Amino acid sequence: MTTTERPADSDDLRSPAGNPLGFGRMLRKEDARFLRGHGRYVDDVVLPGMLHGAILRSPYAHARILSVDTTAADAHPGVKAVITGKTLEGLNLAWMPTLSGDVTAVLATDKVRFQGQEVAFVIADDEYTARDALELVDVEYEPLPAVVDARHALDPDAPVIRDDLDGRTDNHIYDWEAGDAEACEAAFARADVVVAEDMIYPRVHPAPMETCGSVAYMDKVTGKLTVWTTTQAPHAHRTVYALVAGLPEHKIQIISPDIGGGFGNKVGIYPGYVLSIVGSIVTGAPVKWMEDRSENLMSTSFARDYHMHGEIAATKDGKILALRVNVLADHGAFNGVAQPTKFPAGFFHVFTGSYDYPAAHCKVTAVYTNKALGGVAYACSFRITEAVYLVERMVDCLAFELKMDPAELRMKNLLRPEQFPYTSPTGWVYDSGDYPRALAEAMRIAGYDELRKEQAERRAAAARPGADPSAPLMGIGLSFFTEAVGAGPRKHMDILGLGMADGCELRLHPTGKAQLRLSVQTQGQGHETTFAQIVSHVIGIPPEDIEVLHGDTDNTPFGLGTYGSRSTPVSGAAAAVAAQRVKEKARIVAAAALECSVEDLEWEHGRWYVRGDPESAKTMAELAMAAHSALELPEGVEGHLDASVVYDPPNLTYPFGAYICVVDVDPQTGAVKVRRFIAVDDCGPRINPMIVEGQVHGGLADGVGMALMEVIAFDSDGNNLGGSFMDYLLPTSMECPSWELGMTVTPSPHHPIGVKGVGESATVGSPAAVVNAVLDALGLRHADMPFTPAMTWRAMQGRPMRPDLAIE
Amino acid sequence: MRISVRVNGDEASGDVEPRLLLVHYLRQTLGLTGTHWGCDTSNCGACTVLLDGVPVKSCTVLAVMADGHAVTTVEGLATSDGLDPVQEGFMQEHGLQCGFCTPGMMLTARALLDRDPDPDEATIREAISGNLCRCTGYENIVRAIRWAAGHPAAEVAKEASL
Amino acid sequence: MQVPAPFEYARASTVDEAIELLGRHGAGARLVAGGHSLLPMMKLRLARPDALVDINGLSDLDYIRVDGDEIAIGAMTRHAGVLGSAVLAEHYRIFAEAERVIADPIVRNRGTVGGSLCQADPAEDLSAVFAALRGTAVVRSASGSRTVALREFHTGPYETVVGEGEILVEVRVPIRTHLGSAYEKVERRAGDWAIAAAGAFVQLDDAGAVRDVGLGLAAVGAEHYTCEEAEDLLRGRPLSDEAIAEAAALCAQRCQPQADQRGPVDYKRHLVGVLVGRALRRSAGRARGEEV
Repeated sequence: MTTTERPADSDDLRSPAGNPLGFGRMLRKEDARFLRGHGRYVDDVVLPGMLHGAILRSPYAHARILSVDTTAADAHPGVKAVITGKTLEGLNLAWMPTLSGDVTAVLATDKVRFQGQEVAFVIADDEYTARDALELVDVEYEPLPAVVDARHALDPDAPVIRDDLDGRTDNHIYDWEAGDAEACEAAFARADVVVAEDMIYPRVHPAPMETCGSVAYMDKVTGKLTVWTTTQAPHAHRTVYALVAGLPEHKIQIISPDIGGGFGNKVGIYPGYVLSIVGSIVTGAPVKWMEDRSENLMSTSFARDYHMHGEIAATKDGKILALRVNVLADHGAFNGVAQPTKFPAGFFHVFTGSYDYPAAHCKVTAVYTNKALGGVAYACSFRITEAVYLVERMVDCLAFELKMDPAELRMKNLLRPEQFPYTSPTGWVYDSGDYPRALAEAMRIAGYDELRKEQAERRAAAARPGADPSAPLMGIGLSFFTEAVGAGPRKHMDILGLGMADGCELRLHPTGKAQLRLSVQTQGQGHETTFAQIVSHVIGIPPEDIEVLHGDTDNTPFGLGTYGSRSTPVSGAAAAVAAQRVKEKARIVAAAALECSVEDLEWEHGRWYVRGDPESAKTMAELAMAAHSALELPEGVEGHLDASVVYDPPNLTYPFGAYICVVDVDPQTGAVKVRRFIAVDDCGPRINPMIVEGQVHGGLADGVGMALMEVIAFDSDGNNLGGSFMDYLLPTSMECPSWELGMTVTPSPHHPIGVKGVGESATVGSPAAVVNAVLDALGLRHADMPFTPAMTWRAMQGRPMRPDLAIE
Repeated sequence: MRISVRVNGDEASGDVEPRLLLVHYLRQTLGLTGTHWGCDTSNCGACTVLLDGVPVKSCTVLAVMADGHAVTTVEGLATSDGLDPVQEGFMQEHGLQCGFCTPGMMLTARALLDRDPDPDEATIREAISGNLCRCTGYENIVRAIRWAAGHPAAEVAKEASL
Repeated sequence: MQVPAPFEYARASTVDEAIELLGRHGAGARLVAGGHSLLPMMKLRLARPDALVDINGLSDLDYIRVDGDEIAIGAMTRHAGVLGSAVLAEHYRIFAEAERVIADPIVRNRGTVGGSLCQADPAEDLSAVFAALRGTAVVRSASGSRTVALREFHTGPYETVVGEGEILVEVRVPIRTHLGSAYEKVERRAGDWAIAAAGAFVQLDDAGAVRDVGLGLAAVGAEHYTCEEAEDLLRGRPLSDEAIAEAAALCAQRCQPQADQRGPVDYKRHLVGVLVGRALRRSAGRARGEEV
């Protein structure tokens, strides 16, 4: 399990179709259908007699429901049923458990607790009719004061949001700590320099291009429930439905077809999914529910919303001694965070980052507010995005105070290669890394010294009399991140009691073609290609001969799904181990076929041959046929060539990278333009470099988005100010520069094929680089993102604005 | 209201409600689910189709407005000779990940190349600025369109065998 | 996704037919051209017309041509047509500069000049452009045509002088010589509405003094999308840095921006000053034949 097979030779070998036999650039198998418009997404599913549901949502952030009158809606032509919280109470389904031990309303019964909360569900012949009838549902509300600013959620006079919970008198959810407060205190006491800063990582949204939805059909004759749904974790959803609704798990089939992007948005179970199931039970017909974009932005998993107070201690020559942070976490009206049970703040306590210092401490206080629930989403690697932002901003704040080049400061403090495996002050064991090499490589690609020279020249020019007042301010920002992905070891990590190990099944057919069944589910990452390459890498059959099956719980083994960059670290390992087992079994078959002992056999590129006699050999295809044939096998060896594996990762993997961003800021308007972005990623060996680079590109765009424009703010009444794509801005091709990528390769020592996972690296690492660049341009120590022109200009004026509140 | 629309070269006709959006007419009435939708406000471009050869956002066009006109969807891009160079380019340059924005993106690209067969990067970026992608950071989409510009139709013999 | 409430639909193939259909359907009828403002409002059910009169068939209103000493732009001209117009490029660079930052290229294929002006969004860029150029609107009804100065066209946010049974058919802009024009806009992201925008034309006399000037302002609560006091202040004076600064400051002072997520009031006022200055400078440069 701990062998490290390097892919070095496999690039050179090609299959009959011209694909690499293993690792290397390979065009994607899934493209063939997507390019022709033949992808099948949930909204493409049409079943005979299918009805359509639509959800009535609360216009208020906080209000008591006095009455819900559905008479007119019921009477509307084409309406089949109207479901309210009262209906669900009768079924004991009005509330459901969240993934964090709380409960959340499926349909509100007593109060609405955020704007956009689900109040009623109309089922009709078609979507147009269902939406017409929403207007006919008459709800009487008594508006209540809303808790909007998380910083006032614990005020003694704050309205209590969760009066549904017994004995609740405040909006406090939890306090959680990691690290050593006393060691930190001691380190701060002997520091030459202490820098403290408050920063907000504002509420943002993953906003995949496809919104969430489902089609549910309960066949009352067979008792089988089939749900086509936008889920990154089909098996976890099946189990939760069984637990929530009391449905027998063997009668539930979850099908996650093609998914139009997830980024964490499609991990949780939303009321709409449950309502489509209830709707099918009530009507006896299949029921489709697809949310519109506003529903997606206003009610499904948001991300971040961390108010952080960081303090960093260092010597005067820039050696970091300690870092501590207090976090106020806005969880919205229900604690619906999806993360391993033991870690209520996710993996935030990896906030010590990539640097060598002995003391660290964090305290996280989570509160309820009148906002949508969620908190772990948007490629955040269980809050590592927040953690990296915190440490990379604090390091820049320290550089600012020390008047030291931020690259020099980082280089001085980065962990050294010989320190790995490295145990961090908060208990993480980083598996492998060569950090200085990655930073040096990023600086080389960027031409860092020349950039600083250009910046100095521009600044000198701007200071001369008669200088152009509109000449752009140039900024250079760095970030260095360490990720912790591939959750996770069963003994430490579970979600709702389900351990985070992944199953995988590999089956070779008699003709040597293979099927690989996975528990994880792609949302665009290219699993159908990458996982075929993993198997090809181990057993040498062409990737085009390996069909990857996923996203259907009736046809795949159990596992917790795709998020937290866990597919390659966990399921990828499962696939590699399954392939290794098939390879070893094939060796036994080969020995029988070649009439030699297994010890006499050597492996070479897809075949076993007799040592010293390379012509006496059997390919995997020949061995597959032999394994299914009448060939006599040794005592106790069953026929066929299959393997079934459950992979329990011994540790997380720790991808890392160094990013450099160059921006130009218009000094008069505050408009920021990203001129260049250099990203050096180390995710271990790259199974398919083309796909890895694509993953990085997407994450870098996320960083530009969050740093410059993405935010969901709320006004004082709790109205969501980011509820459409006119208000919640995603970066376009115009804001994104042409990304400049580099790489280093440091294999994970504990992963069967050394790979680390890369899906979220760039989203985690890039926001800080952009923000650091903007602040470098402005000559400011800190201001909060997003750096919209207004936010930037006000920061320049020394009158920064809160990004999480309405601009007044 | 009775409408008749030429969709991917074939005449389609039938009765529709005036309020039926073109994207729903294509997806639901004609079953051409390759056209996706991603927002309600004509910001994302996932629903882009060609109306008489011009890219439009079909979530903000009524089906009745397409009466008497020609619509091209992603299903109409490939011909019996093989994939459109734009489709081939998206595959060769990994211009798609989840595939959701891809149909609209490719149709926008097709219209650009019809108008300007050799666009530079800046021209491409501007042309696709009304099509949002959440996966690719646009880099490989730009490269894909450049690839298509460098491989006019005749040169695309066949798709890669997979 | 969001869908509109039911409505009746009629298609016009001539202006007269459109006017007739408007009359027949009464006060609840709305014209629809590109639909990119109206349809999203209808999906949100914030607009609920009883009937839509589709004027996309009025292709004879899709033109940009020189007509005497004016340029005439048909109301059904799409934004993409304005952006690509050689006639406008020859006379007024402001059009292409504004159009390039209106929505996105695909929306510009559909949205029309007439629709944009009649939607009367306070942040609408073309309204500011036409205000700057002191264009006129030709409005037709069953009883004939009337001409309205563009600066009198808008009566408030989302309100115009176009009455029941009327249709905007054409916009006219005077052709000027010794002229430069420019448009400046700051937005949060490509395709977003303006945080603030300013357009200008400047005509210089042989001595380099301002013979005439026009200013247009979008998204900042400027009365009639302009600031005539600032224009008056500049006319007849050399376009010195001081004059530009005074005019820009006056614009900033007179506008009435509202705070929203695009920015606070002080920032928007500040932007007005910056953008008016930049638009005037570039316009003057162009009037002098410089490439700016």
